[in-house]
Amino acid sequence: MKVLAAMSGGVDSAVAAARAAEAGHDVTGIHLALSRNPASYRSGARGCCTIEDANDARRAADVIGIPFYVWDLSERFHADVVEDFMDEYAAGRTPNPCLRCNERIKFAAVLDRALALGFDAVATGHYAQLRTGTDGLVEMHRAADAGKDQSYVLGVLDQQQLAHSLFPLGDTPKPAVRVEAERRGLLVADKPDSHDICFVADGDNAGWLREKLGDRAPNHGGAIVDDATGEELGRHDGTFGFTIGQRKGLRLGVPAPDGRPRFVLDIEPVEGTVRVGPRERLAVSALEADRPRWCGTVPRVLEGPAVTVQLRAHGAEHRARVEVHDGDRVRVELLEHASGIAPGQAAVFYDGTRVVGSATITATTRVAA
Amino acid sequence: MTATPVYLDHAATTPMVPAAIETMTRQLADVGNPSSLHASGRHARRVVEEAREQIAHALGCRPGEVVFTSGGTEADNLAVKGIFWSRRSADPRRVRVLATAVEHHAVLDPVHWLGEHEGAEVELLAVDGEGRVDLDALRATIERDPASVALVSVMWGNNEVGTLQPVAEVVALAAPHGIPVHSDAVQALGAVPLDFAASGLDAMTVTGHKVGGPYGVGALLVRRQVEVTALVHGGGQERDIRSGTIDTPAIAGFATAVAHAVEHQPAHAERVAALRDRLVAGLLAAVPEAVLNGDPVERLPGNAHLSFPGCEGDSLLMLLDARGIECSTGSACSAGVPQASHVLLAMGHPDDEARSSLRFSLGHTSTDADVDAVLEAIGPVVARARAARL
Repeated sequence: MKVLAAMSGGVDSAVAAARAAEAGHDVTGIHLALSRNPASYRSGARGCCTIEDANDARRAADVIGIPFYVWDLSERFHADVVEDFMDEYAAGRTPNPCLRCNERIKFAAVLDRALALGFDAVATGHYAQLRTGTDGLVEMHRAADAGKDQSYVLGVLDQQQLAHSLFPLGDTPKPAVRVEAERRGLLVADKPDSHDICFVADGDNAGWLREKLGDRAPNHGGAIVDDATGEELGRHDGTFGFTIGQRKGLRLGVPAPDGRPRFVLDIEPVEGTVRVGPRERLAVSALEADRPRWCGTVPRVLEGPAVTVQLRAHGAEHRARVEVHDGDRVRVELLEHASGIAPGQAAVFYDGTRVVGSATITATTRVAA
Repeated sequence: MTATPVYLDHAATTPMVPAAIETMTRQLADVGNPSSLHASGRHARRVVEEAREQIAHALGCRPGEVVFTSGGTEADNLAVKGIFWSRRSADPRRVRVLATAVEHHAVLDPVHWLGEHEGAEVELLAVDGEGRVDLDALRATIERDPASVALVSVMWGNNEVGTLQPVAEVVALAAPHGIPVHSDAVQALGAVPLDFAASGLDAMTVTGHKVGGPYGVGALLVRRQVEVTALVHGGGQERDIRSGTIDTPAIAGFATAVAHAVEHQPAHAERVAALRDRLVAGLLAAVPEAVLNGDPVERLPGNAHLSFPGCEGDSLLMLLDARGIECSTGSACSAGVPQASHVLLAMGHPDDEARSSLRFSLGHTSTDADVDAVLEAIGPVVARARAARL
């Protein structure tokens, strides 16, 4: 096959490209430039957007012995991922830009262009496993290395996208990938893992949003109130700086009467109010979600002992029952309650290790009224 | 994929001519710092001075007007910053720097740097749709206040679209006011006749690796009367304008290449232009929507720069590369990210059109078979690239 390997400059995508080449595929490496002004995105070894990362990817391609190019996806990335990220926070939701990037950039813009250019598949360094099911459809399963499993951020991929994807690392534990990189002479072998959001340079989400949102921010401050009593406990400088379930950074000064920590329970962007309360008020028993994406056939109901939902990257699995209404509305009953769930986050549905699909959370039902 | 690549990127760099390789490798085995006073040093000095004389003879200047540098970029920086500083220090009113909007980044970036850090007033001269400087605009710009112009820089031949600039007319506008004119002739050397004295220029940039010489060596030709403030300080080896141990082997190879290029320029230009014309005609026949950019006649003989509407230049480049055909999108890169060409934007192309171009540049090793290979590939490549448009 002619394979396009997306190379971030990190160790995983480098080994993935090397494995694809060793498997006999005709591999071409590409690095996605996601910013026109690379210095503005995070520097060092953690993102996917710096000159250093592009050079690391190029050197890895040299070592593997494959052609290498840089594709400029900066406009698409800004429009589809960064703008969406800002809009979602402005609306009081908590988006996951990595899923969005996979859905709109890596396995859409890049895959479409690759197919048009005559490639058969796109290979990435994601940790997830693909296999062909009994019905002939491509199934995506969790990675063998549970600690590195990235099937959650790939839950937005549909059958067409999966059929043209390769995840060569899915069966391998991360430490073995580093050892293999070393053996292959890939200089990125000891590069640290990437974390956080690649376009937020210093990891300071709230600071980044404050600077970038400007007039688009729904508010530039407001009250932090006790959800039970309505008492104003403090002030904040923008609801976009908060996420449901957040405990740190509330700077309330006054402790709760019972001395227990307070958590963000609700964000009201229009009023500019952040409601806080005790942890048990975060417990969620059901979810509403929209914009479902299914990896294979569209289900009507998902139920059974192996059916679970995962609600954040590297989050826990919760046993669940999932109903799909009118094709685009999803209701999730959490048989095991979840905590601190924010609208905007992705709910990814599993049947055992198999990813069934995903949807974007729009509302939650709290256990305690 | 063909065994040896079809190399059509001679404007980026061209293979060394055998005579230059021979001269240079012979010198590599010799010891001797041209600044040393003993016999070995004197021998090296002699090689360097003979090279200087050879270049001076080939380019119509005096040997003392040849200042060796590490290449075109350093020579351009030396001309722009060095002349600006000297001119302003002689008369603080001289703060305006005029350059065309289509200069190479080796000129544009120092010009903008002077604007940002040295208080220069930068005025970029407009070009027409073919990339030629607007002489009326230049005249008006100069005459607005001639005494405040520090220098004018206008390239001889454009590295992207190949258009030749009316250097003589530029000099005719500037010289009556005593304004020095610099020209980056990196692409023009060996492609068109160059005579520094006859041109009336005050400074001219040339470089080795574009004319069959080695990388890492070039020269700024500077008239003796023109004062140039040094960028690189040290031993003052080159007329006190440029310091650093003189690279005898590279300079020897460079001089051989320059002499060879100038001697063979008429025949080379005729042969390469004929190949280029066949390439352009074939491309336009195969892709009727394609457009030749730059002046169709007054252009570098090896340059074929075309826009392929509906295609991304980097898709075309990648697809051709996969078929063993090497060319360029012609524009500068930042971390390998193709930027829309400032040259095409200055020529009035919209941004997406500016991204749809390819530059094929032919040189001394180009053959009919190279042209055939491109013409055979271009149809399917354009069809694929069109489908792949993001």
